[in-house]
Amino acid sequence: MSTTTTTQPGARRAPAGERVADWADGRLGIYSLAKANMRKIFPDHWSFMLGEVCMYSFIIIILTGIYLTLFFHPSMNEVVYHGSFVPLQGVRMSEAFKSTVDISFDVRGGLLIRQIHHWAALIFLAGMFVHMMRVFFTGAFRKPREINWMFGFLLFVCGMLTGFTGYSLPDDLLSGTGVRIADSMILAVPLVGTYLSFYVFGGEFPGTDFVSRFFPVHILLLPGIMLALMVGHLILVFHHKHTQFAGPGRTNKNVVGMPFMPVYMAKAGGFFFLVFGAIAAISAIATINPVWDAGPYRPDHVSNGSQPDWYMGYTEGAVRAMPGWEWNVLGHTINFGVLVPVVLLVAVPAVLAMYPFVEAWITGDQREHHILDRPRNAPTRTAFGVAWLSWYGVLLLAGGNDLLGLLFHLSANGVTWFARIGFFVIPPLAFVVTRRICLGLQRRDRDKVLHGRESGIIKRLPHGEFVEVHEPLTQEQLHVLTAHEQARPIALEAAVDENGVERKLTRKEKLRARLSQGYFGEHSQIAKPTAEEYLEITSGHGHH
Amino acid sequence: MSSQEHSEAALPSGRGDAHEGTVAARSDPFADPGLPPHEPRVQDIDERAAKRSERVVAFLFTLSMLATVAFIVAYVAIPVDRSVYLFPIGRVSATNITLGTTLGVALFCLGAAAIHWARTLMSDVELVDQRHPVESTPEIRSKVLADFKEGAAESGLGRRTLIRKTMLGALTLIPLSGLVLLGGLSKAAPGTKLRRTAWARGKTLINQNTLQPLRPEDIEVGSLTFAMPKGMKEEDHDFQNQIAKAAVMLVRLRPEDIKDKKELDWSADGIVAYSRICTHVGCPITLYEQQTHHVLCPCHQSTFDLSDGARVVFGPAGHALPQLRIGINKDGHLEALGDFAAPVGPSFWERG
Repeated sequence: MSTTTTTQPGARRAPAGERVADWADGRLGIYSLAKANMRKIFPDHWSFMLGEVCMYSFIIIILTGIYLTLFFHPSMNEVVYHGSFVPLQGVRMSEAFKSTVDISFDVRGGLLIRQIHHWAALIFLAGMFVHMMRVFFTGAFRKPREINWMFGFLLFVCGMLTGFTGYSLPDDLLSGTGVRIADSMILAVPLVGTYLSFYVFGGEFPGTDFVSRFFPVHILLLPGIMLALMVGHLILVFHHKHTQFAGPGRTNKNVVGMPFMPVYMAKAGGFFFLVFGAIAAISAIATINPVWDAGPYRPDHVSNGSQPDWYMGYTEGAVRAMPGWEWNVLGHTINFGVLVPVVLLVAVPAVLAMYPFVEAWITGDQREHHILDRPRNAPTRTAFGVAWLSWYGVLLLAGGNDLLGLLFHLSANGVTWFARIGFFVIPPLAFVVTRRICLGLQRRDRDKVLHGRESGIIKRLPHGEFVEVHEPLTQEQLHVLTAHEQARPIALEAAVDENGVERKLTRKEKLRARLSQGYFGEHSQIAKPTAEEYLEITSGHGHH
Repeated sequence: MSSQEHSEAALPSGRGDAHEGTVAARSDPFADPGLPPHEPRVQDIDERAAKRSERVVAFLFTLSMLATVAFIVAYVAIPVDRSVYLFPIGRVSATNITLGTTLGVALFCLGAAAIHWARTLMSDVELVDQRHPVESTPEIRSKVLADFKEGAAESGLGRRTLIRKTMLGALTLIPLSGLVLLGGLSKAAPGTKLRRTAWARGKTLINQNTLQPLRPEDIEVGSLTFAMPKGMKEEDHDFQNQIAKAAVMLVRLRPEDIKDKKELDWSADGIVAYSRICTHVGCPITLYEQQTHHVLCPCHQSTFDLSDGARVVFGPAGHALPQLRIGINKDGHLEALGDFAAPVGPSFWERG
């Protein structure tokens, strides 16, 4: 391929690409990096693309965000609008709002980029949520991936904050209402709330500073942190190698799949364009955040059905459902009605984030896990996860109590009461139901292994009885259904040691033993079939 | 049903042996049989099918190019203010819909082409990589710990406590400068700012819609009137901050309907004035139910009974809306007889 001529007769020069690579290797040592990674193996499963959706939407957000900064004015200086959107002409508004309207109506393609930015943000957060669920329910968070779980969790939290500061920037009526609510939540913090609020807003709400302050937080501080977290997240994924489901030839010591180059590169690279294309198409046909309809923010104006973006919905739900309890203690107000939602804003995600460490403590498992669990084979974990989801879901529903009321002809007050009670009742119910379903599925797996697959063929026996023919499973299927390990609950050490000296059992030990019993006790898992049982049944002796 | 011969026939033979990590004996029916053999795709065995795949990939790449050209044409050709009717969405911006769909098609086809290529033409033989423990070997571990001990001993940090303590002290204090610098974020301390509003004794109530002073007869039974203090203008530099506290709503009640004695005392001619800023999280109250005299905050459905001291009837608000004491001045206009007695809006620590 070389186009530059060589004067040495007979000696062929290396192709240009190779020479560039040699040059770079001499300075960066890229060959050793490529040796480990160019043909790195990635296992395939549909659920592994959820994380990719997040990464790609994050890249899309950065690209479109840079474009938007070229036109957006992060200023709360008041101006009177004389632009091309007639209904707003003559209205006083901040420069931030005006520049957002200008991007939407006067910048060619500006509305499209704004909508792609916003849609991608919603999909980014939703992607992270579902990705986190995938990791949770398959136990992918176990050693050695606990730190990466935390990286992912922090990405989600930063994503929420970035989203909130972002949709507050246009200074429109809807987002201003949200900022007002955030200010009230800050005010509810005991002791320092009032000062915190004044520091955030440069004085009283709304003031003239918050847009110019949210701006660097939204475009620089938080994205910078997120970029670092995401790079760390990916480095760890490469370093640990991806998890895989159990299957023929797939063990805890290997990784089976397609090489990075070319298959994974083409599929993942192509998938970026699929995600980008889908978001562009959505943004072409579905309006998001029409700030021109809401108008500029005024503290004495509001519109019905004011909803935050979906990822703040659970906080909004807590704000709506919490009864207005206020205590006056020694001349100071403790506003539980808003303080409890502030706590829940942090506590609801934190409960999920801490789970892997709790599970590791209960199991005391120090081994590395690279084979994913099928959710049914970890019934207590799965039940906890579903209970958490239902908890989150109840709050999310409460955040839309007015819209739900409108949609289903219910009283908004009724929806609020449903949420107040459901907050406590639904998660335990979900826990119990999910565990039973998991155990039922385990029983079914056990039956399938021991008695084979229902073939749907009915056979009539000579004496008239009808039976369904069961087909034995292949060894691949048998292996997949029995590959998981079943732990035994930890036993409490004897209260009296071998010398007859009484040993005091700490409360912590007792709790751990009880939890372990709950996880792995007799009623918490269905014993998987053993080879002896299988051989016994299939040998045909004790048949019928 | 099943018999021994049957089940043994189902067991693949001689495949598990080659596979690393399979320690189970041959007699274990659940043993890992190892990677199944590769099954060729139609493209692997039929060159015509492979050619067809190649043409599909090329077609998608071509479609992507055409869509990009269409995007550029649309960008140049369509006026930014043109709108079109699109069933079933309605009227939409012509640039947005054309730029969005062409960009979407260009990107999507590019991605679909790459994926189709990977799935049908690139090798789909599964490969195996070995994992290695993340943990370092014991040799590396002891080497690192020994190096660290040596380094620490050479620094003398453990021995020289004076250096250690002063260093920790200096490192602890240094971030304080950064924290102190944030002090400039607020121009002033909260003080009594959250307690005071623009209302004062003698301030006339101005109708927010007409900007005229309000007379008692302007306020009819069953209507909600919004007012602000005289002298406040939208053009004022601190209008937003002031209206955030001073927004007031007026309702005319029959005096015999007023259940709260103080409310009756603070009313004028059956007209009561209440803060519009919800005591929950500060949304302005906009909805009024004539029959019950309930007002509702549209944000979180806090409901207040205006005929009973604006106490909370439902929802998350923690206390009643503050009432503004009003009277009628000598010109026959409604005027305030002082500021609110209680702070308006959401609660805060110093509210008391």
